[in-house]
Amino acid sequence: MAAPKKLGQQTVMFQNPPVIAATATIVGPKEGQGPLAHTFDKVVEDPYYAEKCWEKAERRMLEEVMQTVIKKAVLAPANIDYLLAGDLLNQIISAGFTARSLGIPFIGLYGACATMYEGLALGAILIDGGFADYVVVGASSHYSTAERQYRFPTEQGVQRPPTAQWTVTGAGAALLARTGAGPVVTHATIGKVLDLGQGDPNDFGSAMAPAAADTIVRHLQDTARGPQDFDLFLTGDLGIYGKGLADQLVRERGFDIGNKFADCGTMIYDHQKQDTHAGGSGCACAAVVTCGYLMQQMLTGKIKRVLGVATGALLSPLTTKQGETIPVIAHAVAIEMR
Amino acid sequence: MPVDPNKPLEIQKKQYQQMVNRAKPRPPILRNTFWAFIVGGIICAIGQGFLNYFKGLGLSALEAGTASAIVLVFFTALFTGLGVYDEIAKYGGAGTIVPITGFANSMVAPAMEARPEGLVLGVGARLFTIAGPILTFGFTFAWLAAILYYLFT
Repeated sequence: MAAPKKLGQQTVMFQNPPVIAATATIVGPKEGQGPLAHTFDKVVEDPYYAEKCWEKAERRMLEEVMQTVIKKAVLAPANIDYLLAGDLLNQIISAGFTARSLGIPFIGLYGACATMYEGLALGAILIDGGFADYVVVGASSHYSTAERQYRFPTEQGVQRPPTAQWTVTGAGAALLARTGAGPVVTHATIGKVLDLGQGDPNDFGSAMAPAAADTIVRHLQDTARGPQDFDLFLTGDLGIYGKGLADQLVRERGFDIGNKFADCGTMIYDHQKQDTHAGGSGCACAAVVTCGYLMQQMLTGKIKRVLGVATGALLSPLTTKQGETIPVIAHAVAIEMR
Repeated sequence: MPVDPNKPLEIQKKQYQQMVNRAKPRPPILRNTFWAFIVGGIICAIGQGFLNYFKGLGLSALEAGTASAIVLVFFTALFTGLGVYDEIAKYGGAGTIVPITGFANSMVAPAMEARPEGLVLGVGARLFTIAGPILTFGFTFAWLAAILYYLFT
């Protein structure tokens, strides 16, 4: 017998769609100067967040959004069944150290910049499967910790190519609940890892666009839905050029999402004024725009149904030096306001 | 040409590469070259100024050169520490990397960041992460040049 909640090749449909009961966001100073500043709970002006190093600052942000989201839902950490979190740092230390102080059973995730959506999908599966009442999902990134790990020291004088993206400093968290009021997660499509031969670590958009397109098309085919069924297709951090490529790839496969297509990475900064080149990136990019902007749009009824698709580049600086191309992934979650 | 998901992966990769090539913006090479020339020129002019000054104080050409290099390295370290050097390099590009200031910047920048990991395993170990290859190949070619010089003179 086929799995009762599986739909098509890669999609699951939730019988009792889990509710996004609360969300919380924190961002750094640059994001606080961007066009979405008013959608975040808190803007931190100090990139060190009064800590000794950037890694601790990132951790503090993640910990704080977790605590805020639990508080917003009028719960305590003891009520939460699972904490699903991840980040970009080696051994996902931001998530692991946050879990250490929260004391919630923890499942660490790594999906690069797709981590937030990987978490939303898995959290919804845990709840609809009857394994949990409450799941907290979160992800964080920090410009300086990411630069340090993936590229150059931040004070190193380097010129960034036009396709380079700016890692978002911040953290976002969502609390999924079995019952309650709020937007619900109706479907999730787990992406396959693809690689269309792109290897430029300064151009993740071109590398990730095929994954985004594949998961969007897969979701629409699995659910027998079309672009007309959604108000918005929101990708995580394709950036300006990656978004254009994904749009084209989806079109080539028979779906026109052009006028409903937005990308968190192109929304979070003002590229002309903030010198962010192709846009924002990092785990926090999809996390803070989803938990901030998107939730506000849904709660105020401006957006009824959205397909959120976060993309991740599953490389390390080591693989790039060893001449490998970039494997990429995209996970999609359909969220609707009922 | 569209990327056909029914074709073998190698063909899809080629089709996608064509698509990316069309979409990908070119770096503004002319503008970058212009600013590299201006900024690099200004740095070298400042260096020349110090050289003349030290010569004027009575140092020999060799000593004056060493002294002006020290001054340039000092100011680069200072500006790197103040968070200004990378802002200049954003426009200056190779103009800020090629002079000795680029070398100084590439040692101070990792040292600053490695501070939380301690003086020995942090700063000490990471100091040469960027400058390491420059030294390695600098030493190698200096050694080769010395051997050639020894053999042919």
